[in-house]
Amino acid sequence: MSEQVIEMTSRPGVQADELPLNLKIGMAVVIAWVLLAVLAPWVTPADPNALDLDNVLQPPGAAGLMGTDQVGRDVFTRVVFAARIDLWIGFAGVVLPLLIGVTAGLFSGYFGGAADALLMRVVDITLAFPFFVLVLAIVAALGPGVGNLIIALALVGWVSYARLVRAEVMVIRNAEYIQAVRTLGFNRFYILFRHVMPNAMAPVIVYAMTDMLLVILAGAGLGFIGLGVQPPTAEWGAMIADGQPYIEEAWWISLFPGLAAISFGIGLSLIGDGLARMLRVSN
Amino acid sequence: MTRAYWLLQRLTQLLPVLLGISVICFALLQMIPGDPARIILGSRASPEAVAAMRDRLGLDQPALQQYLTYMSKVIRGDFGESISYKVPVSKLILEHAPVTGSLAVYVIALAVPIALILGMLAARYRGTWVDHLIRMLSVLGMTMPVFWLAILMLRLFSIDLGWFPVSGYGQGFLGHLHHLFLPAVSISIWMIPVLVRNLRASIVQQSVADYVLAGRAKGLTERHIFTHHILKNASLPTLNLFGVLVAYLIGGTVIVELVYALPGLGLLMFNAILGRDYPIIQGLTLFYALATVVITLVTDILSGLIDPRVKA
Repeated sequence: MSEQVIEMTSRPGVQADELPLNLKIGMAVVIAWVLLAVLAPWVTPADPNALDLDNVLQPPGAAGLMGTDQVGRDVFTRVVFAARIDLWIGFAGVVLPLLIGVTAGLFSGYFGGAADALLMRVVDITLAFPFFVLVLAIVAALGPGVGNLIIALALVGWVSYARLVRAEVMVIRNAEYIQAVRTLGFNRFYILFRHVMPNAMAPVIVYAMTDMLLVILAGAGLGFIGLGVQPPTAEWGAMIADGQPYIEEAWWISLFPGLAAISFGIGLSLIGDGLARMLRVSN
Repeated sequence: MTRAYWLLQRLTQLLPVLLGISVICFALLQMIPGDPARIILGSRASPEAVAAMRDRLGLDQPALQQYLTYMSKVIRGDFGESISYKVPVSKLILEHAPVTGSLAVYVIALAVPIALILGMLAARYRGTWVDHLIRMLSVLGMTMPVFWLAILMLRLFSIDLGWFPVSGYGQGFLGHLHHLFLPAVSISIWMIPVLVRNLRASIVQQSVADYVLAGRAKGLTERHIFTHHILKNASLPTLNLFGVLVAYLIGGTVIVELVYALPGLGLLMFNAILGRDYPIIQGLTLFYALATVVITLVTDILSGLIDPRVKA
């Protein structure tokens, strides 16, 4: 496993035509969503929060690509603006835990000792809680909002990265090339970050894609419950909740934000599979 | 190492985990920004009422003292008292647990046989259209928000077709079976793909093992090798994964119960969050964690019984 990773990282850059097809399609989907989110005010026909009480619960068609909701807001506009929140939750809710977890896992796995034993207990304890329940309880304590949601995701999510990286590091630290740099007398922090870390990152990157999917679904779940972004700001989960009382007469309010989340999730999933194949990591 | 010793060791490993779980559940109340008593009672409450609530929650004592009190109560099965219902939290949990428990068992009964069949098919016909189709459906199942699927199924099967009730838990075993069907399907659609992926991967991995070659050389039929050797070895990683999945399954029930208005633990949690009934939130979080620990322990012991190598 470690030898394969070495072979990968020592190659001078992978050419674009060597990328797996699912990676390319996945990247296209994700980049399209990022562009939509960034350019939201310029690609949508309306204001996401503008009420239009003469045009409530209009079906998709003349009144807009995806119809209007119970207060006449344009569903398409809100789905696009919601991507700003959901993508931000996905990004921050993965990058923060990743940074904390990778740092903890690197030190813990490389130096071992009492700190390592303590860290592994913390990992075991945190993983004993169902992920969604612990995030939910922390947000319930801290109070609703995207900021608190991201704090909760970071508090709960870092342990998976720490465990993953630690397991990799414990194999890598005994590899011949690490013994070689150690013999050459390099500083141990230099060895850790320059030589151990790059070789431990492949499974982390693959896992991060699966994790982002989980994080976005958890974020939308909290938005659905009403603990995420506060009204009237658009967010996919909160929009699905908005449409629930009107599901009989106006299915489009709930349907389209869900489809948006699915399309983005498929993009992430394809990237994850593609990266797993490219980096030869079992997913 | 004997089996009894292994079991004892596994149980002692649990002690620090249980201690840590209690610390985290205790810390939930400490995380509340500002004065929890003031937040629970609202801004119009009198200073006397707030002081009484602070006293009731023990907030005036030092944190360590509060934790020790909390801990000694939890050990005796006292999860605190609900602020809005004015009854012990443990009583509320026991009242609501059967619904969530039935839902979880239902999901497992639906998901496991289907996942077994699909996982075997995908591995048997890997690389063909069967495998690709199962993979595509799996990705779709995993990316669907479970509450979104629940709402759409409610509209299609309950409102339009009238096959299933819109909400509630029903009366009697058959009534429960009928009422819980859509909620169970909603969660299964997410859970089956994860099981299928893992089962497929372990079957594929096992089918190139040396013992398969040995079986072929011995003249065993492919069918016999598959059912008696590959499947047995491939089921272990999936069983271990199952313990992890149950934790996610419990998380999934919270939100699905909300959509289908099932009077289970998830709905209790939701109402507690709305009503800022922190003792319930704290008690439920503890209960969910303990349930997960017990389930993981049982799966561990089961794999130990099935596979003698686990003990080594």
